[in-house]
Amino acid sequence: MKRIISVLVENEPGALSRVVGLFSQRGYNIETLTVAPTEDSTLSRLTITTVGSDHVIEQITKHLNKIVDVVKLVDLTEGAHIERELMLIKVRATGSQRAEVKRCVDIFRGQIVDVTASVYTVQLVGHSDKLDAFFQAVGEASILEVVRSGVTGIARGEKVLSL
Amino acid sequence: MEQLSGGDMLLRALADEGVECIFGYPGGAALHIYDAIFRQDRVHHVLVRHEQAATHAADAYSRSTGLTGTCLVTSGPGATNAITGIATAYMDSIPMVVISGQVASDRIGEDAFQETDMVGVSRPIVKHSYLVKDPAQIPAIIKKAYYLAASGRPGPVVVDIPKDMTAQGKLFDYHYPETVRLRSYNPATRGHAGQIKKAMQLMLAAKRPIIYAGGGVIQGNASAPLTALAQKLNVPVTNTLMGLGAYPGDDKQFLGMLGMHGMVEANFAMHNADVIFAIGARFDDRVTNATEKFCPGAKIVHVDIDPASISKTVQADVPIVGPVDSVLNDMLQILDELKQTMDTEALSVWWAQINEWREKHGILVKPRYDTTSEAIKPQEVISALYEVTNGEAYITSDVGQHQMFAAQYYPFKYPRRWINSGGLGTMGFGLPAAMGVQYAHRDAVVACVTGEGSIQMCIQELSTCTQYHLPIKIICLNNQALGMVKQWQDMNYGGRHSESLYEESLPDFIKLAEAYGHVGVRISQRAELKDKLTEVFAMKDRVVFVDIQVDTKEHVYPMLIPHNDPSGANGSMRDMFLSKTERT
Ligand SMILES: Cc1ncc(C[n+]2csc(CCOP(=O)(O)OP(=O)(O)O)c2C)c(N)n1
Ligand SMILES: [Mg+2]
Repeated sequence: MKRIISVLVENEPGALSRVVGLFSQRGYNIETLTVAPTEDSTLSRLTITTVGSDHVIEQITKHLNKIVDVVKLVDLTEGAHIERELMLIKVRATGSQRAEVKRCVDIFRGQIVDVTASVYTVQLVGHSDKLDAFFQAVGEASILEVVRSGVTGIARGEKVLSL
Repeated sequence: MEQLSGGDMLLRALADEGVECIFGYPGGAALHIYDAIFRQDRVHHVLVRHEQAATHAADAYSRSTGLTGTCLVTSGPGATNAITGIATAYMDSIPMVVISGQVASDRIGEDAFQETDMVGVSRPIVKHSYLVKDPAQIPAIIKKAYYLAASGRPGPVVVDIPKDMTAQGKLFDYHYPETVRLRSYNPATRGHAGQIKKAMQLMLAAKRPIIYAGGGVIQGNASAPLTALAQKLNVPVTNTLMGLGAYPGDDKQFLGMLGMHGMVEANFAMHNADVIFAIGARFDDRVTNATEKFCPGAKIVHVDIDPASISKTVQADVPIVGPVDSVLNDMLQILDELKQTMDTEALSVWWAQINEWREKHGILVKPRYDTTSEAIKPQEVISALYEVTNGEAYITSDVGQHQMFAAQYYPFKYPRRWINSGGLGTMGFGLPAAMGVQYAHRDAVVACVTGEGSIQMCIQELSTCTQYHLPIKIICLNNQALGMVKQWQDMNYGGRHSESLYEESLPDFIKLAEAYGHVGVRISQRAELKDKLTEVFAMKDRVVFVDIQVDTKEHVYPMLIPHNDPSGANGSMRDMFLSKTERT
C-alpha cells in the first residue's frame, strides 16, 4: 500500500543523505521525495511516499525514528489528510490541438503559464491521480516534457506536525 | 575562561570526558591533534600498526570494560582502514568514538591529497557522525559523540575534523558541557509497566518456558537481574554467541549457546517451548534458522532497547521497549507483588525432558568427538584452555571453526569475558581485540583463540604488544586451512576445496613470534597439550604464540540444517547435524 510519511529533520548537512541512505541500505523504495526548510529555520520537512506491506512500513518508521537527525515523523496515510503534487508539462499546441489542449487544461483546473506559437506550458496541482489523468487526457503523443514535484501533504483538521 | 586551540580543546575534552586511552595512528591531517597529544599527559595513546587494529582494540576495550572506546586516525587511507572496525562495532552495538582527521575545510571537495568523504563512507555503519565546521564546537561535539555512542542502543560515532579546525595559534574559550540534550534523540528509559506485567503473567503461566538472552544483556549490564529472575523462576536459559557470559555458563540452568552451532539441548528447548522470553537478542538468522519454521508453538516476549529490533524478523506477542536492566528489575518487583508462582509440576516435566536431551546430546556432558584419534582435536584444546585458566580468562577470538569451538567449549562464568565479532564476523579481530582487553585489564589473563588464517590478517600487531608490554597469549588452532570455508565446501560443494588451502606456504609462527621478541611454542602431540599450555600461562609477562597442530579434518557440530537441505528434515531449530554421519 502507498504511504506518505512526513518527517521533520534537523536542518543539518548530511541529514537528508542519512534518510535517503536508510532506504537504499535496507532495500526500501522511495517513490517520491520532497524537502524544504520550514518556518523554523532549524528544521527541514521531508515528505516521502513509499509502498510496502504493513510490516515493512513499520520497520521504515522505526528506522527513520532511530536516525539521530530525525526529530519527529508521522504517517499521513494513517489519518485523513490532504496530498498535493505540482506538475509542469510542455504540450505541443498547434492547429486544432491548441483549442483541444486549452479545454483540457480548463477541465483539470490547470493554468497555462507560458506560451509559444507551438507549445503550451501547463501547471497543474492536485492529487497525483489527477495529474496522471491529465496525462491520459492530453495524450502521450503531444507531450514534450514533464516535471513533477513529488507528493507533499498535511493532515486534515487540527492535527499538526510540530515540536 | 581558559583559551585553547582546537587541538588542545579536543584533548582536554577527551580528558574531561574521562577517556583514559586512545588507540590510533598518525598522519598529515591529524598532526595538529598528535602534537596536542604530546603536550598533555591525561590521555594516553597506543600506537597500533594498522588502523583496523586501532578500531578493534578500542572496540574490545569497550566490550571488556563497559566504557566507550576511542580511536584516532588520519584522513583518507587512515579513515578507510578504520571502516572494517567501525562496521564490526556497529553490528555488535559497541560504544566507540572514532576521531578522524580530514583535509582542511577549504580543500574539501577538491579531491585533495588523502581526502575521503569519511562521513559519507561511514554513514551506513555508524550510529551518528559529525563533521566539525567550527573549532569552538569541538567540546560540545565530543560531549554529544560520547553520549550518543553509549546511550540507548550503543554504537560507533564518527567525528571527522578538518585539519584547520585543530590548528595552533587560533584560540577559543574552552568549556566542557556537563550535560547534553538532543531534542531528536530520546532513548527509552523505562519499559511499559502494563507490558511488563503482561510478560510476567505469560511467563508464570508457561509450561515449557525458556529465556533466550543476547548481547544486549551484556551491553546493558543486566546479567545480575537476569540471573536473579531466571533462578527465581527456575527457567532454562540459553545465550546467543554475543550473549555468552550474560548468564553463568557453569550453572545447571544454562543450556549453552543456541543457533547455528548451538547446543542440541538449547535448540530443542527453543523449538519445543511454549513461551520464549527474548531479551537483548535480535532473532538473527544464525539463531532462528528458517523463520517460517521457527518455534511453532511459542508465544514470544521480546525486550530490547531498540524498537526496530522488535518484530523485525520474528513477530513478538509481547513487545517491550526499554533498557534491559530496568525492565528486568521491574519484573523482579512485579514477581514479588503478583504472589503467583510457576506451575512447578509442568516445569519439572520440562526439566526432565531437557535433562534427557542434555544427557543424550550435551557436548560438555561427554565428548562427542573422536577421543581415540592421534591428532589433537581442536575441541580438547579449548577444554584444556578452560582448565588451565580456571575458566577465568578473557578470551578474544577471530572468525572460523576455532571461534565456534571456543564458544562451545569454554563456558563463560561472567559477562564481558568473551570478546568476539559476532555480527560482522571479522577475521583479524582477535589479536587487536586482545590488546584492547589487556590494556584495560593489566593483570588479567587474556588469550586470543585464533586460526592460522585469521591471525595473519592483523599479525603486525605483535609489534604493538612489544611496545606496550601487553602479554597476551595467542592460542592458534592451526588446521592448515580456512577451516570453516573448507567445512562448507565439504558439506555443500562435494569436497572441492577451492582456495581454502595454503599449499605449504604458512610461515613458521614460532620464528615469527621470536622475530617480534616474543615466545613461540609449538604443540603437536596430544600428550603434551595440558602441560605445555600450563607452561605457557606461567609466562605471565610474555606474549606467547602457541601454534597448535590440530586435526585438519574436524568439522564443527552440532550444526543447524538449513531449510533447503535435500537430505531430510530441515529448516527448524530442531533439525541439526550431529556429526559427519548423524542428524537429529
Ligand atoms: C575478513 C574476512 N574475510 C573472509 C571471511 C570468511 N571466512 C569466515 S571463516 C574463514 C576461515 C577462517 O580460517 P581460520 O582463521 O584458519 O579459522 P578456522 O576456520 O580454520 O578455524 C573465512 C575465510 C571472514 N569471516 N572475514
Ligand atoms: Mg584454520
